[in-house]
Amino acid sequence: MSRIQITFDKLKQQQRKALIPFITAGDPSQPLTVPLLHGLVSAGADVLELGVPFSDPMADGPVIQRASERALKNGMSLRGVLGMVAEFRKQDATTPVVLMGYGNPIEAMGWEVFAQRCAEVGVDGVLTVDFPPEESHEAFEHLQRHHIAPIFLLAPTTNEARIQQVAKLARGYVYYVSLKGVTGSGSIDLSAIEDKLPQLRKHIKLPIGVGFGIRDAATAKAVAKLCDGVVVGSRIVQEVENSTEQNVVANVSKLVRELRQAIDQ
Amino acid sequence: MYNYPDSSGHFGQFGGIYMAETLIPAVEELRQQYLRFRDDPEFKAEFAYELKHYVGRPSPIYHAKRLSDSLGGAQIYLKREDLNHTGAHKINNAIGQALLAKRMGKKRVIAETGAGMHGVATATVAARFGMECIVYMGAEDIQRQAPNVFRMKLLGATVVPVESGSKTLKDACNEAIRDWVTNVESTFYIFGTAAGPHPYPMMVRDFQCVIGNEAKVQMPEMIGRQPDVVIACVGGGSNAIGLFHPYIEVPNVQIIGVEAGGFGIASGKHAAPLTANAKVGVLHGNKVNLMQDENGQIIETHSISAGLDYPGVGPEHCLLKEIGRAQYVAINDDEALAAFDSLCRFEGIIPALESSHALAHAIKIAPTMAKDKVLLVNLSGRGDKDMNTVARIKGITL
Repeated sequence: MSRIQITFDKLKQQQRKALIPFITAGDPSQPLTVPLLHGLVSAGADVLELGVPFSDPMADGPVIQRASERALKNGMSLRGVLGMVAEFRKQDATTPVVLMGYGNPIEAMGWEVFAQRCAEVGVDGVLTVDFPPEESHEAFEHLQRHHIAPIFLLAPTTNEARIQQVAKLARGYVYYVSLKGVTGSGSIDLSAIEDKLPQLRKHIKLPIGVGFGIRDAATAKAVAKLCDGVVVGSRIVQEVENSTEQNVVANVSKLVRELRQAIDQ
Repeated sequence: MYNYPDSSGHFGQFGGIYMAETLIPAVEELRQQYLRFRDDPEFKAEFAYELKHYVGRPSPIYHAKRLSDSLGGAQIYLKREDLNHTGAHKINNAIGQALLAKRMGKKRVIAETGAGMHGVATATVAARFGMECIVYMGAEDIQRQAPNVFRMKLLGATVVPVESGSKTLKDACNEAIRDWVTNVESTFYIFGTAAGPHPYPMMVRDFQCVIGNEAKVQMPEMIGRQPDVVIACVGGGSNAIGLFHPYIEVPNVQIIGVEAGGFGIASGKHAAPLTANAKVGVLHGNKVNLMQDENGQIIETHSISAGLDYPGVGPEHCLLKEIGRAQYVAINDDEALAAFDSLCRFEGIIPALESSHALAHAIKIAPTMAKDKVLLVNLSGRGDKDMNTVARIKGITL
């Protein structure tokens, strides 16, 4: 059984919801990424989304754009991110790690080499924002061969036929983008999520995580009631940006602990 | 028979719909609506009317005789897209997409622009059809192309400076896509070149094919036959595909695309992914030859002409290169400038710096060819917008 499945099964037994924080690898610096990941887990994260920085993050708002720019300036590469996961796994064999980013760095490495490396270092899932199911055949094949879960996004604009298509391909969990926009934008519409979820559940048997626009503990709590996991990205990356290298792990951990408490209430 | 893209939007291994999920239903709707209206007699008639009465088509073909004589070789003919309303080929596509936007009930249009010509064309058609218009333009390009920024504002558009990344065309594209994902239901993205997610490469090509279709009629009228070579500059490649596509299945017509060589291919500071054999990658919704580093990060490009300063190229050009139907070469900044000067002095025509690249290649090969050979160069735009750039390079303060 995969780490992702074990994690969600355990949470279900405990009647708890997953907290899925996102950080960008190499932000604020390369040496701080692994300590940050461990800090996230200690503060109550269930699944980790680790952003692979890309020069042209078209689906991201200014906060994650700046994080990507900082990370690339720090020399972060896909190869380097995989090395960080290997380092993380030395001390944590159970928390699922999902790489999130854009397809081109993987295309440049080659999907087979990438999938093989993912399996070696202990990556559990891969989400490529700009690779919809239509263009994911090759990626899917290589990830499947190495038992890496392809994670897909669904959006408010996704119709039923596409939900069915994603249901067939998705493994691990499905990430529902709760609003039309880039990461970190707008404010969440809870009733719209509530309306959409039954349509998703009809076809998606995997856990459903909801993200985009979750900025505080109260929203995280409200969203958690509707789905299986809460994804928090820009708010955490904002905290990284606002911190110093000395206090970043403590500050981010404090924020994640607050989110955890709110979700568990 | 040459018939691309396939039904999923692929030109061989190139093209596709590499977009975030939120936008996939939007590009799918666009595809369906385009296919519905493409062959609709009313749509075709309205498009033809606008091209004739608003743009001023057909654009003439002109024999650049003094320039040709000075070179002592092949005869250079120019397809005068510079004479179109708004001064470039971009208006052909902007009108086509605006007519589609109108039928789809979209009241807000957005666009990216590099040199500003597509921005001006979009602002123009938005004014013409009463639509709100937002144009994203790199902060660096706003500096380089100040007159076009003012034109867009006069036409009622909002010009949004893009400060991220290299602050040029690719970053303007990123920002326009971010706008679209946020306002997907109200907004039509008038994409400026024959690239991006399907159906854009096909749709933009179809709208621009008026260039080549006219030329195929005009050349026999002028010289009794088709040209030996057709030449056009290639950034994203919309003017080029518009000229080339109707000639793909015409035997004995050589096709040459001219990319921006910047400071030279060897310098690494250029915008010539095809000439430099750039690796295939994914950006802005399609799989194409793409200037990138070994880690798959997109690298900054350089060209004297903002309109060619882009790390990718349309998928159909990638295919035409791969199957050997077209040849792609690069012209450096200084060669383009020399061609710019030549056309000014020999023919009294001030070309856009983009088009000067195509012209420079014609000037380079004409002397190696017999005097009865004919080169047809797409003069895709006029150079009024480039006065500041050219003056600065010549050390002149305006």
